[in-house]
Amino acid sequence: MLIKTPKRYAISENEVTSENIYRERRQLLKGMGFIGASALIAGTSNKAHAIDFFGSDDKPSFKQNTLTYQKDDSNNQTLTPEAKVTSHNNFYEFGTGKSDPVKNAQAFKVDPWQLKVDGLVDNPVTLDYDDLTKLFALEERIYRLRCVEAWSMVVPWIGFSLAELIKKAQPNSNAKFVAFETLYDPEQMPGQSSRFIGGGIHYPYVEGLRLDEALNPLSLMSVGLYGKTLPPQNGAPIRLIVPWKYGFKSIKSVVRITLTDKQPPTTWSQLAASEYGFYANVNPNVSHPRWSQASERRITGGGLFARNRIETQMFNGYGEEVAHLYKGMNLSKYY
Amino acid sequence: MLKFLPLFWLKVIIHLSAALPILYLYYGAFSDTIGADPVETVIHFTGIGAFNLLIITLLISPVAKQFKWPNLLKSRRLLGLYAATYALFHLLNFVAFELQFDIALLGSEIIKRPYITVGMAAFVIMALLSVTSLSYYKKRLGPSWQKLHNYTYIMACLVGVHFYWSVKSEIIEPSIYLAIVIALLSIRGKRIKQWLLPKKNNR
Repeated sequence: MLIKTPKRYAISENEVTSENIYRERRQLLKGMGFIGASALIAGTSNKAHAIDFFGSDDKPSFKQNTLTYQKDDSNNQTLTPEAKVTSHNNFYEFGTGKSDPVKNAQAFKVDPWQLKVDGLVDNPVTLDYDDLTKLFALEERIYRLRCVEAWSMVVPWIGFSLAELIKKAQPNSNAKFVAFETLYDPEQMPGQSSRFIGGGIHYPYVEGLRLDEALNPLSLMSVGLYGKTLPPQNGAPIRLIVPWKYGFKSIKSVVRITLTDKQPPTTWSQLAASEYGFYANVNPNVSHPRWSQASERRITGGGLFARNRIETQMFNGYGEEVAHLYKGMNLSKYY
Repeated sequence: MLKFLPLFWLKVIIHLSAALPILYLYYGAFSDTIGADPVETVIHFTGIGAFNLLIITLLISPVAKQFKWPNLLKSRRLLGLYAATYALFHLLNFVAFELQFDIALLGSEIIKRPYITVGMAAFVIMALLSVTSLSYYKKRLGPSWQKLHNYTYIMACLVGVHFYWSVKSEIIEPSIYLAIVIALLSIRGKRIKQWLLPKKNNR
């Protein structure tokens, strides 16, 4: 019999909602036509607001495979319904609206895929599509995901420790930081070819961690959620999850991981350094110009009246595991 | 021709096309079928809806003049009031569903976040103009009624800035809205100049 010692961050699984909610909502969205003026002018673009309200969106959906993994069975928090996790996404490569990625990413090709680990390493590694789910033992991690926009979810991710991958590549003693890069493929990712769709951020999307952050046991390379491989809107085929940081650190559809000796640039701080720092630790005491970070809205089931505003916890509640990484640092300066 | 549409039917069309989307929106929001985050959906929908209606309202007088369409002008107040209704829903949605009646948080948000400060200022103007749009006030206020209602122009700018500042990086859509507002105000350039700088004009 397998005896598993639950880690403190492990939270149990219950109330898993079925997929049919996700199917139903598509019908109603269509009827709700109200055109933004820009859509009238721009015509072809801005699918986010207008065109999809009227048009048909019964596109073939991406095929997810079931995964074999070790379950996280020590849970006490209500999971965000799967339908919401897979239809409420910030993935500007597929549009800036929350429901754009689920609409625009279904034809995304994840096989073949290559993930390279290079830079200051003694053993550069290249993972092919099959390696992503086969090279390391997969485990489920039920994590809170906190967006800088002050909403949050509880998601059962499946993946392996980033530390395992990095150790396989054998970083040398000069490596201090880890840089990540999303796939750059404007043909598949309309946001990368059109500023209007992609919100004018710089592509390819890049992110970074300090090496000790990357080696923390919480840092996860995720290949699935809810028992299945990731759908493209959630960052298929492989993405990073750093649960004590704001969601934008958790880069999607990763093709390259480079060990470096300098702090790498990150997409959102390139765009607005005063708003989005390199660290981006969830911190209720440091406000963002547009959102108070003191509290957040947990996305759960239920409609408009779901009472779900909760206080934000320091490091998103993972302080016990990660606070030591920032000992002596002024976190309002290094936000 | 549309121009000869009786006022009654013009108003019926306006009522239907402005009220039905709101009903449909809330039907979806309560049944949790309009996207994963119905709170965000209703806030964005009512916000952009209010702005669209405000722009349509500002289009009325140039269009009515150009096409000599008096009934259109007579329906302007109705459209303005619908814009105000959408704005009211936008604010109530924010307070009730986003902040979930955390009034202290509302207070600090209005003070701390420029885009909310500007949005609230626009809302105050909108509320004032809605109340004084009653015929009773129009008669009572006399010539100062028009001066007061010229604040629509300032409000439209504030709404545009509110939208522009509220986005993270997707500035194209709010920029287009701002350009439309500026175009609509520049049609009235002479009048706005007289209103804002009356002395200069008398010289």
